[in-house]
Parts: sequence; structure tokens; C-alpha cells
Amino acid sequence: MKIGLFIPCYIDQFYPQVAIASLELLEKLGCEVSYPLQQTCCGQPMANSGYANLSTGCNRNFVRNFTGCDYIVAPSGSCVLHIREHLDDDRKSESTYIREHIFELTEFLVDVLKTGRLDAVFAHKVGLHVSCHGQRGLHTSSMSELVGAPFSKPEQLLKMIGGLELIKPARIDECCGFGGTFCVFEEAVSVKMGKDRIKEHELSEVEYITGTDTSCLMHLEGILRRNRSRIGIKHIVEILNAPS
Amino acid sequence: MNARDKILASIAAGKPALAPLPYIGFAAESDVDLLGAEFIRVLASIGAIATNTTGLELIKEDLRQARLDGGCIVNTIPAIGTVDEEVNAESTAQFLERVEKVYVRGTIGVAENGAIWLSESDMINRLLPFICQHLVIVVDRQKVVANMHEAYGALSTRRQEGYGVFIAGPSRTADIEQSLVTGAHGARSVLVYLVSPETHF
Amino acid sequence: MTDHASLAAAFNKDELRVDWHDATLWQVRKKRDVAAASVPEWEQLRELASQIKEHTLSDLDRLLIQFEKNAQDNGMVVHWAADAREHNEIILRLIRSNHISRIVKSKSMLTEECHLNEFLAEKGIAVTDTDLGEYIVQLRQEPPSHIVLPAIHLKREDVSATFHKHLDTQKGNNDPSYLTAAARKTLRNKFVQSDLAITGINFAVAGTGAFVVCTNEGNADMGAHTAPLHIACMGIEKIIPKTEHLGVFLRLLARSATGQPITTYSSHFLKPRAGRQIHIVIVDNGRSRHLAKPDFRNALKCIRCAACLNTCPVYRRSGGHSYHSTVAGPIGAILNPNMEMRKNADLPFASTLCGSCSNVCPVKIDIHAQLWKWRQILATEGILPANKKRAMKGMAFIFSAPRLYRFAGKLGRITMRFLPFLIANKLWNPWYRQREMPQPPGRSFHSWWRNNRYERKR
Repeated sequence: MKIGLFIPCYIDQFYPQVAIASLELLEKLGCEVSYPLQQTCCGQPMANSGYANLSTGCNRNFVRNFTGCDYIVAPSGSCVLHIREHLDDDRKSESTYIREHIFELTEFLVDVLKTGRLDAVFAHKVGLHVSCHGQRGLHTSSMSELVGAPFSKPEQLLKMIGGLELIKPARIDECCGFGGTFCVFEEAVSVKMGKDRIKEHELSEVEYITGTDTSCLMHLEGILRRNRSRIGIKHIVEILNAPS
Repeated sequence: MNARDKILASIAAGKPALAPLPYIGFAAESDVDLLGAEFIRVLASIGAIATNTTGLELIKEDLRQARLDGGCIVNTIPAIGTVDEEVNAESTAQFLERVEKVYVRGTIGVAENGAIWLSESDMINRLLPFICQHLVIVVDRQKVVANMHEAYGALSTRRQEGYGVFIAGPSRTADIEQSLVTGAHGARSVLVYLVSPETHF
Repeated sequence: MTDHASLAAAFNKDELRVDWHDATLWQVRKKRDVAAASVPEWEQLRELASQIKEHTLSDLDRLLIQFEKNAQDNGMVVHWAADAREHNEIILRLIRSNHISRIVKSKSMLTEECHLNEFLAEKGIAVTDTDLGEYIVQLRQEPPSHIVLPAIHLKREDVSATFHKHLDTQKGNNDPSYLTAAARKTLRNKFVQSDLAITGINFAVAGTGAFVVCTNEGNADMGAHTAPLHIACMGIEKIIPKTEHLGVFLRLLARSATGQPITTYSSHFLKPRAGRQIHIVIVDNGRSRHLAKPDFRNALKCIRCAACLNTCPVYRRSGGHSYHSTVAGPIGAILNPNMEMRKNADLPFASTLCGSCSNVCPVKIDIHAQLWKWRQILATEGILPANKKRAMKGMAFIFSAPRLYRFAGKLGRITMRFLPFLIANKLWNPWYRQREMPQPPGRSFHSWWRNNRYERKR
């Protein structure tokens, strides 16, 4: 099973530790992982701004990089959702294959690798931020709006971690307000949404906020650091890949 | 082209291919006791008062007492007392404005939401159940159904009248800060008598 | 500037009020969740409702004709209006020919959409809105901020001050019961004296010619059964095929809207009373144009429950008026661009695309997907700001050229490390106004891989 690691652009540039943890964790779980070197971005920033038609070059580059991988795995629900829903290229069969075989990291661990145990220890009080695109788009967990049995792939994995105390905020799946370019074009509401998420985590006195999307976490981290909060940010893979 | 033709032509040009109508079929509770209990529970939760009663004596007494207490009381149910004949379908709002309390028969009760169907012939005047200050509805316990599908099923077997309404509890509003207030424009209170099976009224 | 972002920023100047607005609407969302969960077949009901509407839209012309025929046979008069102007003219004609002067109106988003009150006011005709929330905003000469809770942007003190001014209630008495009683008294007089009642229509049943109006206050019935003339206004999409379909929609509507199991009053009008008149105005006003757009037509399934407003984290924190339209919130953001694309081009961007709106929608409109699709249309039509397009073109160019991307990334990180004031600037970097920039690492993952894996694998 040949896995292509897709590291979204902002993780590549600003959060290499998330990429390294993803790589190490997958290898730990016995996967053969390659990192196609000419990858850039999923194209979502343009598409969500209305310019999906400008992402042709970006799409072509994506298909060129990831053709030949059995699975494509990325530590970002949002970028994965974008590829799954919108990747379009002249190379139809290749792009279709990629759309059907790209996975967000936690869903890959649960659904494909059927991970039953992880030896990591992370003895901290951790608040879980549920990212919308992974949850409502990829269905990585049940949604508070729908009537049905509860489940959560990220939670299922976090429960395997030694010493970790997982705390969910009162509004378990409210959006953090990042929203791609929304975070700058609607700065006031975006920040207010982020502050409100953080307030709930502060009330439960967590040490870290974790989640499956670095984009949401980057936004929350920006607010936390501006307000000199003691709460830290960890991408879920940094916890799942913690030493035992 | 007139507006009608213009609109219809525009719809015909833009509508999608015909999609099928789905079948609606839900299993529904039919135990009279369970339905009655649920109906009363839900009515209480929406601000109505509901009570089981065997026979009509309690209701007759209620009406008698209300008349003794004074105020304009209108009864529309022959089985519980004299029907006030000065109220008819043509009675005006100016006339009905002073009505304090109305007694009316409900055709069907719906357990899932506390709604009760009032038919035009039972209410005599369409305005009556709305303009009165207090509303008393008498429902045959056997006529409580589980849900709205059952309710419409039961109504479909009846003669269609010009008007009918599901009433679920007292008039209410939460338009000021989402703070619930009963008695917005319609009846301020709703009392429901759920009458035992053997009674006919 | 009157776009959503600036109006929302203005709304956010008073953070405590934003907190209050958000918390109030979140309570409604929570009530909706409890109500939905109490119905085991909830998700099946949503699917049924969606399919019934799907069928209705696919057979809309025939169903409208059937409805018209049945309503006429039942003694109602049916009018057709291609747009808002025609709708208003029809009502004006009826008012003049019946020599009407005292008009009460219950809530109808359609008459709001057509700006009926303003139109009639210009002709010297006054309309009293009788839904308590609408009455409050009418007294304040404000538009409603929510399609179900028109005065949700106001606090009790605001309502108290308004009523003190117009209804002479006690100054400073903020008790909602007291204020509601005052409105009840005033509006009862208006009802009793009314000679025209205007209402909306929630559902029009093609198979029988009946229409259903849902209220909690009883104001639609108070007017409709008092006034000799009743005009009921409906968009073409309010049709449902048969009476049995009401069962599905009435189970969903109030639970989605307020968390009630059903509205207090669900009134079924089949025939006018002897000697009275009921007129129905069927309005298109852009809806048939909407129907012709495959990506967007199912927005016409909307039953105006406002669940998408209550759940929307952006709506709750920006207020209804920031949408500068009759219908605010996510549903407004996909309906309004069809009406006036340029004026409403900002609305599809007033969303993080979180998807909560689509999940609460009782008729399963793919609201967030349509927001995304509207963005594409707006860009293609060239309606978006030129600087945005330039930025996106630049970004697209960088992302299609891997080496350039890596160079730009490195340059960015170096700038952030060594010339941080260039980026950490609150004036022109909206990110930095209330958030720190990410701390740039010395090297990208790409470079780490080259050093740690790539060379090694070689």
C-alpha cells in the first residue's frame, strides 16, 4: 500500500512539525509513505473565493504529484474535502481515483488502517475542537444537528492515548470562524467566533486545544497568543504521535 | 401575455424533469391510554391544562359555575348545557369582543403535539375560539391519534367544511427577548377535557 | 459601506450585545435540537419533505393551475402577479374598489419582500402589522431582522421605550408580559375595526384549493375572521400537492423554527364565509427564474422556518440587518443573489461554509453548497472586487508553479522572521488586528524532507 502524504501549503510553511508527526505516525503504523516533492496546494483558497476556474493549474499539479499513490492522506479535513468534492482535471480517471482515495488522517487511521491501539502518552487536559469540514463534510463524527447515534473518529483515537483527559466544549461542534478568506474579509465576525470557542475551552481549564485542521487551530492560536493565554495548540497528529 | 400565462410559461420552461411523489407511511401508536397520557403531557408542556374525565358531569358543573360567576360565557356543545343562541356565524367582532369563555368540541386530538382540530360547524363562528379570553375544549378520548399523519387520515373521512383549525394551547408569543408570554392575540388560556370512551356528546 | 462585512463589524462594536444576541438565538437552536430528537423518524421526515417539494417544483405549473381551479370552485378569487409591483398594484386596486381604510396584516415575508407597506404608505394608506415582533419594528420604522422572530435584535428595554413612546406604557416597565398585554389591547381595537386582513400563506394545497396559515399569536385569524375582505399572498413555491402532505410539513415547521411541537394555530381556509371575500395573490417575483437554475432551484423548497438563521454562527454574531435584505441569514444569502445579484454579491461570502445550515434545514436544502456555487457565479460574472480577483490570480499562479511556491513561502517566512513589522500591521493586515501571525519556522516541511528522507532514500 503506497501512501502519498499531502501536506497542505500552510502546514508545509508554518507547521512542519504537524507534517513530520503525520509522516512518523503513518510509518509507525507500518505504511510506506512518500512525499511527492512538487506538491503545493489543494486549490481551496481560490475556489472558496469564487475562483474555482483559476485553479486549473493547481489541480493539474495536484494530479501530476499524486497519480500512482494507492491512497493520499493529509492532516487536514478541509483540504481533503476540497479535493474530494472539487478536484477536476483533464486526466479524468486519475483525478477520479484521487478524489475517491484521498483521506483525512484520522478517518484514514480509523476506516482504512482500522487502528485499534496507539501507544502514545499525552498526560494533559485537552479540549477538542471539531472542525466543520472534516465533521460535516467528511462525516468524521456525528453532528449535533442530526438525529442519530453519536460517533467520532478523532475521539475514538484520542481515547487510545495514555493519560489524556479529553474535554468537549458546551457547543460541541460550533464553527471557530476561520473559514478560509472569511478570516480576513469578515475579520470582526471571524475573530468573535474564535474568541467564543476559546471562552468555552477556558471555562473547562484545558491545557491544549486540539483538532484535525491546522487552519482552525492557526486562527485560534493567533487569538490565544494575542491575549497571552496559557492554552496551547496541538494538531491531533502531534498527540497521536506522542512518545509512549 | 397576462401575468398568469407569463408565470406559467416561465415555470414550464424552467422546471426540472418530473420527480416522483414519495410514499408516507409511519407506524403509529394506537393504545388509547398511552395516547391519552402523552396528549395530556404535551398539552401541559405547551401551557394548556388538560384533564381526564369520565362522563360529562364535571364539564357541566364547570359551565354552570362559569355562568354563575358572570361575564359573557358561550357554550357551543348541546350535551353540556344550553347553547347560547345569540352567537351565530354572522356575529361581528364588536359583539364577540366581550366573550370571556367559550366551550367548544374538538374533533381530533394529536398526542405528539397537543393540537386539537376544531371544525367550523363546532365553533359556530370562526372568530369565536380566537377572540374569547379563555377557551375550553372537550375531546373524546377515543379521538386522540398519535401524530399529524393519523390526524389528516382521520379528517379525510369527514365532510370538508369551509374552515378548520388545529389549536395547540393558548395564544403565545416570544417576540420580546424570546421570553414566553401567553395570551398574545388569541385565547389566554386553554383547558382541555379528555372525556372517557363511553360518553357521547 | 453597506456590505455584510462592514455592517457586521459595526454590530460587533458592542460585544456584550453580540453575546446576548448569540446566546438568545442559540437557545432557540437548542430547543430545536430537543424537539427534533423527540421524533425518532426526524431524518425520514426531512427526506420526505424534501422529496415532496422536489416533486412539487417539477410539476409546479400544473399544480398551480389545479390549485387555482379548486380555490375558485370554493369561492375564492385568485390573482397572479409576475413581480412585486404587480402584487402591490393588485392589493391597491382591491383596497380602492372596496373603499378600505383600516388594514391589519399578519406576518408575511412575501409582503415584506414586495415592500407592500412602503408602497401603500406612499398612496396614503396605512397598514398595521399585528405580529408582535413586526408591530414593534414597524413602530420603530425598522425592517425585521429575522424571518420568524422579527424583533430578535431588540432588548426588552428597547421595546419598553418604543411602547412608552407610542402606546403610553409606563416608562421603564420592561416586563414582557406587561408589554405584550399593552400591544394586545391596542391591536384588539385595530382587529375589531378592521375592514381588510392581509395574511401570508404557509402551504397551499393544490388538491383541494385550501391554504394553511400558521401563527402562534392568533393574529392571522383575528384579522381574517373579522374583516369582510381577506387577501392572502403567496409565492408560487408555497404549493403542496395534497392535504396528507401537510402532516409532514406541520411536524417539521414549528419544531425547526422554535422547538415547539406545532404552532399554536394551524388554520385551514377552504371557503370564505357567506358574504365575505377571500382573495389569493400568487406571486412569482423572480421565483420562476430561480426554478430554471439547476444548481440553485431547490432553495425554493424553503418553508421559512429560520432554523438556518438560528444555527448560523455568523448570523448570530452579525445580526439580521447586516444582510441588508428581507430574508437574512444563510437562506437569504442564497435567495437574494437571484433577485439582485450585484446588490447582494457580498452575502454568499458571509459564511464560513461550516454546513450547519444544511443540516438543520427541514427540507434539506444544500445551503452551504449553494453558497459556494453562488461565489463561483459572482466571480464568473465579474461582480467581485478587482483586487480580490488579482489576489486570487496571483495565488493561483504561485500554486501552479511548485518552485515559485517554495520561493514565495521561504520569502514569506523570512520576512515574518526578520521584517515582522511589514506583516504585523493592523492597518492593512486584517488578520493581525486581533490575532498574532503564526510563528514562522526556519524551514518548511519540504526542506526538512529533503534533508531527512529524500537524501537518505537516495
